[in-house]
Amino acid sequence: MHPTLARLLTATPIITDGAWGTQLQSLGLTPGDCPDHWNLTHPDEVRKVAQRYVDAGSQVILTNTFGANRIMLAGHNLADKVKEINTAGVRISKEAAGTRAMVFASVGPTGKMLMSGDVTEEDLATAFTEQAAALAAAGADAIVVETMADIEEARIAVSAAHATGLPVVASMVFDSGKDKDRTMMGTTPETVATELTAAGADVIGANCGLGIEGYIPIARRMRAATSLPVWIKANAGLPEMTNGTITYRTTPEEFAALAQQLREAGVAFVGGCCGTSPDFVAALTRTLR
Amino acid sequence: MEDLQKLYDAILTGNAKVSKEVTQQALAAGSDPQALVQKYMIPAMDEVGRRYEANEYFVPELLISARAMKASLELIRPLLAARGAEPAGRVVIGTVKGDLHDIGKNLVAAMLEGAGFEVIDLGVDVPPEKFIAALNEKKANLVAMSALLTTTMNSMKTTIEAFKAAGIRGNIKVMIGGAPVTEKYAEEIGADGYSTNANGAVALARKLVAA
Repeated sequence: MHPTLARLLTATPIITDGAWGTQLQSLGLTPGDCPDHWNLTHPDEVRKVAQRYVDAGSQVILTNTFGANRIMLAGHNLADKVKEINTAGVRISKEAAGTRAMVFASVGPTGKMLMSGDVTEEDLATAFTEQAAALAAAGADAIVVETMADIEEARIAVSAAHATGLPVVASMVFDSGKDKDRTMMGTTPETVATELTAAGADVIGANCGLGIEGYIPIARRMRAATSLPVWIKANAGLPEMTNGTITYRTTPEEFAALAQQLREAGVAFVGGCCGTSPDFVAALTRTLR
Repeated sequence: MEDLQKLYDAILTGNAKVSKEVTQQALAAGSDPQALVQKYMIPAMDEVGRRYEANEYFVPELLISARAMKASLELIRPLLAARGAEPAGRVVIGTVKGDLHDIGKNLVAAMLEGAGFEVIDLGVDVPPEKFIAALNEKKANLVAMSALLTTTMNSMKTTIEAFKAAGIRGNIKVMIGGAPVTEKYAEEIGADGYSTNANGAVALARKLVAA
């Protein structure tokens, strides 16, 4: 095990964080704005989100760099800001974390599909290598390759992150197939665990998806398929629309109660994705620690 | 017609090269283009859909089959158009304003093309005015909107409101999709239907144009 992880994983589960996008919106980010760009334009607001998670009990927080790869940023005409945005993202999270939490830097998908020829493997490798290098140089403790739908793209991102020497979490979305236990491209948790271990991942995981219930059996299957630590950050169910505002069905208490089954399954890192907030992290901290 | 079984198989297995070749040969030998579509190509895509629903096929298989279908359709469509045959429907598709995600939208567009629809793809971050202009210009009877984010899904609502304000809501059917979209949300914003995946979107589009 990577020494950074060995030091961290003496008592599990480690509580990670929850959603960032919705928190940034509560602070004024408007739909369509590039959230990652806020690292440069609204660093105080971004720090506030990171701080809320640390205060709620997060032992690991992520960074506001999910979409800060060259390909995604190009959609906002910000392709020349890769280094600045990632550097600022790590700095902001580290300022909020202090000595209370570790900072695992977020790397999300490019939003382009290899299969349809929108991008080449070389394009992806270049983009992820550039982002990972910036995150590592800024002092991140680890890199989280997350919300991946295509194992080929995940593999490229994981090897780019692995090349920095930092520990790498590889986390994919399972929301497809009749049992909702496959990635969009049809890959099973077992194959994800095996192939991303081979690509250089230090932790295997699942995030986003349709809710925490479905991720309990997936966590068990990942545990059976790999000896690496397992990472789970599930959504608070599916969004619902009530009187024009979006709400999620699962409450922090329900989420934390279900998360106990993740602990029983031996999951090393537990947190939330879409629909979760610092209240969810506080509930996880009360229930699991 | 043992040879034409090859056309069905090529689409089912996503072999665009073979499906194009067999289509060329069949047309050269005097096969009726409409019959090729109805007897071999659409049934092949229906089987692709069945396998997707049964967990035997996933997105990669859908994509390559849609691609094979498109390769054949490109040869057949001009012949059908010359006879005055209309497509299954005209769909204006796009990811709504504020949202730059296009994977889901592209999959739906590919599957609708495979099903014989004429697809007018407006890309991502499409404002309501652009949808309205395309619907009017192309005389489309269907609009398909996509949003990946909870933060941008409300653009679907404002786009439908803009259709009403422009007086065209009654002329078109509206279908929506994307990770956060639910049946309840579709109802709430006054869409005519929603689908959770690209295969379901084809069935929905067929149902909406027949209604």
